[in-house]
Amino acid sequence: MVTQDTRSAAAGTRPEGTGTGAPDADRKVRIVRVSPEGAATLGGAAASALALVWVLYERVLPFTGVLGFWLCWYVAFLLLYAVMARMQWDRRDVANKVMAVALATGGALVLAVVLGTDLYTLVRGAAAVVHANFWVQSMAFAGPTSGLGIGGAAHAAVGTLEQIAIGTMLSVPLAVATAVFLSEVGGALARPVRIIVEAMTALPDIIAGLFIYALFILTFGEQKSGLAAGLAIAVTMLPIIARASEVVLRLVPGTLREASYALGSSQWRTVWNVVLPTARPGLATAIVLGMARGIGETAPVLIVAGYTKEFNFDPLSGPMVSLPLYIWNFVHIEGVNPQYVARGFGAGVVLVLVVLGLFTLARKLGGTAPGELTKRQRRQLARQGARV
Amino acid sequence: MAVALTPTPPSPVNDDRPRAIAAAPVLSDRVFRLAMRAAGLAVLAITGLILVFLVLRSLTAFRAVGFGFFTTATWFINTNQFGIAAILPLGILIALIALIIAVPVGLASALFISEYAPARLRRALIALVDLMAAIPSIIVALFGLYFLMPKIIGTDAWLAHHLGFIPVFHFLLPNSPGSFVGSTFIAGVVVSVLVIPVITSLSRQVFSQAPQGEREAAYALGSTKWGMVRTVVIPYGRAGMIGASMLGLGRALGETIAVSFILTPLYVFNTHVLESGGNSVTYMIANFVLQEGPKGISALFAAGLVLFALTLGINTIAAIIINRSRSGASASAD
Repeated sequence: MVTQDTRSAAAGTRPEGTGTGAPDADRKVRIVRVSPEGAATLGGAAASALALVWVLYERVLPFTGVLGFWLCWYVAFLLLYAVMARMQWDRRDVANKVMAVALATGGALVLAVVLGTDLYTLVRGAAAVVHANFWVQSMAFAGPTSGLGIGGAAHAAVGTLEQIAIGTMLSVPLAVATAVFLSEVGGALARPVRIIVEAMTALPDIIAGLFIYALFILTFGEQKSGLAAGLAIAVTMLPIIARASEVVLRLVPGTLREASYALGSSQWRTVWNVVLPTARPGLATAIVLGMARGIGETAPVLIVAGYTKEFNFDPLSGPMVSLPLYIWNFVHIEGVNPQYVARGFGAGVVLVLVVLGLFTLARKLGGTAPGELTKRQRRQLARQGARV
Repeated sequence: MAVALTPTPPSPVNDDRPRAIAAAPVLSDRVFRLAMRAAGLAVLAITGLILVFLVLRSLTAFRAVGFGFFTTATWFINTNQFGIAAILPLGILIALIALIIAVPVGLASALFISEYAPARLRRALIALVDLMAAIPSIIVALFGLYFLMPKIIGTDAWLAHHLGFIPVFHFLLPNSPGSFVGSTFIAGVVVSVLVIPVITSLSRQVFSQAPQGEREAAYALGSTKWGMVRTVVIPYGRAGMIGASMLGLGRALGETIAVSFILTPLYVFNTHVLESGGNSVTYMIANFVLQEGPKGISALFAAGLVLFALTLGINTIAAIIINRSRSGASASAD
């Protein structure tokens, strides 16, 4: 039996499978399967489109560009696939198959983009990160002409850590409280708050920086500092965490709350002892994902953090560079120097690894839905049950 | 005030509405609710404060040029000839190009994930889209500048030569690779990478909530999978698709880093998207806030205010549409 995979979806559904013999009553009938004709049509269309486009694009017409080649190939592939399918099946079936392939392309593109951006950064940044000094030194003693054996991004990593710590400490309590308000307290105020939270998740990041610049630097007369950057990051993280947390809190079964009320507890006790603990894995995921977003923020810190080549451990005074800002400076501001670009990509590697690490952590933390037990917990319960 | 002890709607399960219990909440509950309400108000207050501060700081610029700020297409601070008539439309152009790419790709991947992918692949793809949303925009900007841009330039030349008769693809600059660098089109393509996850994750949530009964009814009437998707899932998710695309537009308008990396600055409006040069409000703010005098900074605040009002408006409408299409009971966490 052919296992169900992406190609099965791409090859389309065949209500009556071209199965081997009559299915006996006990066996589960698989509805989706790859039929030989389906797979052959798909592969044939892909191959003939490749051949056709290669001849036209590379030999006959004066076209250039890798991207254009694959775009043309894709269009030719879909057309040929539709024609070849039409020769065998009826219209509805053809529409079904062609759309399945077209939609699967969307999924494949998402995969390609994620892999492409991350792998490209890792490969280009390898030159800088293989030097041990990159992980422990600042740029204080490295000039424009010094090789990758001198200087590093450690000062930016320190800045990133401190800024994300400030951002998390400020935004998480407020965000979770807002989520609790939206899902547990409610009332007439909940609707506008929910809509503003959702609207703020897609607000321009740079506006957060501009706001902190106006408030903190122009109005309070403070200097550019790590604290200002942390504040700006907090403003951008707040709606992201609030929205994700609210979704998680809503998944807590109402029966749990009612059981708590029936035992005579107050709403405060119910939220604190029942709702929040039940939603803990989901909340942890929401917070870690928010941190992953906050760490990569460049625009908000751009105009409030300042720039320095040296270590600055004090967020309250003096400019403090972070990893994204380090990349911004070395690639955007001074982008003609290949040494600097290499350093920028090196910092990109660190950033990608941190985001991937946080993301994996979030998945680990939030692997279970509220009330759902892990395998280990289930085994434990079964053992206890057997003993009783 | 008689307050229900049980949560008022929207609560997780509101099929059978709990009867109101007329009991005065205890002190701890009153404090708790007050605190939570204050948190909700704080979010509104932050948004309000952003608006207030942007307005306050932009007064200098508005006093200097008045309404001309919206009609001037140049940016000369010292002679009081500055405005966003060129910059804002150029930024909108980038956002539109990003949407032309991101909407079909985002909706296709959302449909694939919610309808076509087998269960195990679905979980992986959902995680992947989350990951895509978490990729820092500066990483996408690096990828766009060093990997995508050289590749797109070839396609640009192709488009300019063979589709040049279409007005937006007109190309009037000399034909050398340099004239294609840093164009609005390339910026739009790179920004689309950042918009796709926004559209995919929101519309996927809406698609996956299409009612099971109607799906099965479509199959029972002999529909193919695509027939079912076309007649049940897409009509059901239409509002969500529109809302997600609008939120994507808001995201695209606000993108700063990718745009700044790619663009070669330009201060005149130009609809020829393949030609080198482009601009956006975010580009202006990111690149010049450190260099100009008080009036220049005020002008940037004014531009930021316009951008803020624009995106807040778009996003709010989008959020209202999405909230209307999504019943609270079935919101999913992943």
